[in-house]
Amino acid sequence: MVIPKDFRYTKTHEWTKQEGADVLVGITAHAQEELRDVVYVELPAVGKTVKQGEPVAVVESVKAAFDIYAPLSGTVARVNESLSKSPQLVNQDCYGTGWFFAITPSQPSELSALMSSDDYTKLITGER
Amino acid sequence: MDYSPHTDEQVAQMLQTIGVSSIEELLANIPSEVRCRSFTLPTGLSEAEVLSACESLASPNRSLRELASFLGFGAYPHLIPTVVDALASRGEWLTPYTPYQAEASQGTLQLIYEFQTLICELMQMEVANASLYDGASSLAEAVLLALRTSGRPRILVSEAVHPHARQAIATYLQGFPAIIQELPHTNGVTDLEALAAASKDDVAAVLMQQPNVFGCLEPMEQAGQLAHRVGALFVASVYPISLGLLKPPGAYGADIAVAEGRCLGSPVAYGGPGLGLFATSQALLRKVPGRLVGCTVDQAQRRAFTLTLQTREQQIRREKATSNICTNEGWLCVRAAIFLSLLGPQGFRELAELNLQHAHALSERLRELPFVEPVFDQPFFNEFVVRYTDGVRARDVNRKLLKAGLLGGLALRPWYPALGESALWCVTEAASREQMDHVVKTLKTVA
Amino acid sequence: MMSDTEPLIFERSVPGRRSYRLPPPDVSARTVQDLIPEEHLRHEPPPLPEVDELGVVRHFTRLSQRNFSVDTQFYPLGSCTMKYNPKLNDRIASWSRFAHMHPLQPESTVQGLLRLLYELEQSLCQITGMFAFTLQPAAGAQGELTGLKIIRAYHAPRPRPRSGGQTRTTILIPDSAHGTNPASAALSGFRVVELRSGPNGMVDLGELKQNLSDHVAALMITNPNTLGLFEKEIHAITTLCHEHGALVYMDGANMNALLGIVRPGDMGIDLLQLNLHKTFSTPHGGGGPGAGPVGVSRRLADFLPVPRVKKTGTRFAWDERAKHTIGRVHGFYGNVGVLVRAYVYIRTLGKEGLERVSRMAILNANYLKARLSETFEVPFDDHCLHEFVASLKNLKSFGVDARDVAKRLLDYDFYAPTIYFPLLVEEAFMVEPTETESKETLDAFADALIRIVEEAKTSPELVKRAPQSTAVNRVDEVRAARELDLRWTPSNQLVSA
Repeated sequence: MVIPKDFRYTKTHEWTKQEGADVLVGITAHAQEELRDVVYVELPAVGKTVKQGEPVAVVESVKAAFDIYAPLSGTVARVNESLSKSPQLVNQDCYGTGWFFAITPSQPSELSALMSSDDYTKLITGER
Repeated sequence: MDYSPHTDEQVAQMLQTIGVSSIEELLANIPSEVRCRSFTLPTGLSEAEVLSACESLASPNRSLRELASFLGFGAYPHLIPTVVDALASRGEWLTPYTPYQAEASQGTLQLIYEFQTLICELMQMEVANASLYDGASSLAEAVLLALRTSGRPRILVSEAVHPHARQAIATYLQGFPAIIQELPHTNGVTDLEALAAASKDDVAAVLMQQPNVFGCLEPMEQAGQLAHRVGALFVASVYPISLGLLKPPGAYGADIAVAEGRCLGSPVAYGGPGLGLFATSQALLRKVPGRLVGCTVDQAQRRAFTLTLQTREQQIRREKATSNICTNEGWLCVRAAIFLSLLGPQGFRELAELNLQHAHALSERLRELPFVEPVFDQPFFNEFVVRYTDGVRARDVNRKLLKAGLLGGLALRPWYPALGESALWCVTEAASREQMDHVVKTLKTVA
Repeated sequence: MMSDTEPLIFERSVPGRRSYRLPPPDVSARTVQDLIPEEHLRHEPPPLPEVDELGVVRHFTRLSQRNFSVDTQFYPLGSCTMKYNPKLNDRIASWSRFAHMHPLQPESTVQGLLRLLYELEQSLCQITGMFAFTLQPAAGAQGELTGLKIIRAYHAPRPRPRSGGQTRTTILIPDSAHGTNPASAALSGFRVVELRSGPNGMVDLGELKQNLSDHVAALMITNPNTLGLFEKEIHAITTLCHEHGALVYMDGANMNALLGIVRPGDMGIDLLQLNLHKTFSTPHGGGGPGAGPVGVSRRLADFLPVPRVKKTGTRFAWDERAKHTIGRVHGFYGNVGVLVRAYVYIRTLGKEGLERVSRMAILNANYLKARLSETFEVPFDDHCLHEFVASLKNLKSFGVDARDVAKRLLDYDFYAPTIYFPLLVEEAFMVEPTETESKETLDAFADALIRIVEEAKTSPELVKRAPQSTAVNRVDEVRAARELDLRWTPSNQLVSA
């Protein structure tokens, strides 16, 4: 199970990665494995203001739909347009081309509340 | 009589396998204080006795086979080809469950796919679902969709949309902070100036019916433009049989089209069951309520059908579902698909033409009567409104007609008192020349 | 022997072909353009398929043969009550004097049908112990919606303020409930609070007490619950709710366990929806039509939808008056065609027959459970009522899950039980045989399941690749969702091997 060391994580299985002023968000390998084949991703509108912990996106498999929560407060800077044509990117490359959206954070201090890769590893091994 | 097949001996064997001595023991978990003492119902009957009992319930009724009917108002008895009943009555159409197990339900699933296609073709829309309960609730669901997607609070609905549909919308909206604003009609069609004035950017949807409740043809294209100008959805409630001739909603910019589809191959059945048609554009696909069937393949790459986009539905999303519905009117879809396949494009057009011609012929003849005047000066399909003058009352007209075995045009006063002693006449392909002669002859004795 | 694929009706179409003929107009025809302005006219008739009558007959007959159905297979779907649909019901419902009636005909011409509807309502009141019923809702889910609107209206402050003022905004729903319950509640503008079930899958009185407040409008409960077990504490539950000013709504989907045994009205239930296409034998039709009449206690009768059939002396009539009616949910009076079928069923069975239904249903479920007791784990292993839930989680070690077993059952010519519901049970398998199944069928089903479990252990591939003998084998649902194809277009290719 790949858990990139330089990312930070949420309890709800989102990953975050700093990219310039923005923070990229996606779901972890653990999450996409539980979900199985992703068939659709509903992304937030660009420019939308989001609060940490509130549901902002939905990821769907054939039999289930799960909310994706904003790991940070801020504004949605951009979204991954490729997911509408190729939702399977979430399964194939969840940390790379399967990213969901990018947030311009409004409260940089919130980043420290996110889990390190070690802590996240502990979380999912506990769950398993 | 009941349908349980066990003999006493089998019951005893089964009790033994379970390890109890009576069925009563299996009920031990039910507290005695809630056990029901009894209920009062007549005793069960043999088949012959049931038939007889039901005969006595049927005999006071007068069906549309016995009375020549000129009633419409949202319930339109049209021809039903024999083949429809013959095929639809097969147990394999009537008795399966909802097609959740795709491999065991390819018949139903393929049928729904064909039905979805047929409705798209009829309405000239991009997507149609597997149906909802009836026309009225479909319109209500369209309203809910518009409110949810836009986040705007106001709905504009023409007074010329069927009152029952408007009532259903009001009931469905209880508990939501939505505003329903009704638009007046002038000379039988929705007042476009009123619509323009009411079209602000807090409007989620504009609802119009075509033909409207008076049978008149509405300026749908202009209304749609007014709705779109403020970013509202344009919802059209249409009459399927009329689509053999009339411009379909997809051609005049409807975002959502709904209809009561029972007229496609099912009997009017005192108003139910209905067949709620619901069609829309790709853009709104993910918000669509109800079932959707998609085409795919199986493991052997053979074409196969399955329920899809189920994540919108209640069994997965629960309180976040696009609707709570988990029925479609499956059996009426079967009938509709067979009906449309039998009629084909030419037959469907001819059917619409028959309605048009018969209705216009009777309209002309009624207007010739001294106490009958037209109310609206509008083009119409198969329904029109007349007013009785010289003190003649709609109630008395209909009483006289009934004595002659005729069901006259519906008195509109209960719903539209401003129209006075007016009546809504509907003439379908069933109305023969003799029946129309009979109507006119009887009416001549009224005043 | 089913063929691989059946062409679509559009693929049988040949331009210019006609089947059904219409008579010519019986009046002197005028030009369409004289009667209707150009702007309202369709340029081309709708592009419907052009098929000969025999072609239509073959298509829809062959298509029907690709279905399982109650008429052909055993359908032990938990919570669906797939009992025999008596042909007598269909026959009588098709009589002209029931089927070819216009909803707005003068009441003097409909007295028999109105009487039927009236007697049906009275019968349902007798059977359930409720005070009054509306027959309008077209399905169970619409019945729930109707019930929730009534709950809202009941709690609304009177006189009604322009907006807001509603304090009871929450509905309590057990986590074991059917998905329509929370969906209906949300659709009615309520907030849903999920109650965690107790260890036996039932409503936990402590949890209930903790969540009751004057914000709670109602509790929605299913009894027997979705595990097929009777909520023993039902009296305490309803009393507790009433003490807090909350109503109790019972989902009547499992009524087949209660006929002649328990009457919800006697248990303190305020609202109840019945599913006529379950308990009362009306056919499922591949997805509908159903009917979901809603029964209420006396204090809620004024809130029922209108119109309702009233009897005055020997005459029946529609009555639009009801002080606090929520309005209407249906275009006319409800699914009358379905209501007639249910009426015929009740007349056929009568008091004794109905009392026998649940007892036989309970016998059948317990018999099947006993036959399978060595094979499956049944959590909450009491005697069940009309259905039971088994867990297939022990098969996971062989790489086989509930879905696989369900699919393999199709190869044995049985429709599968309900799977993955209720969510409380892992690899759930919910079985409801109903009372109309014979012992031979139950034995054959049990034998098949026992064989499949053996297969899972010795040759799991057989189970995982199932079904192999149906019209199609496992369908690619992922592709269906990713590459949406919801209608045929002329450019669609026939996809086949």
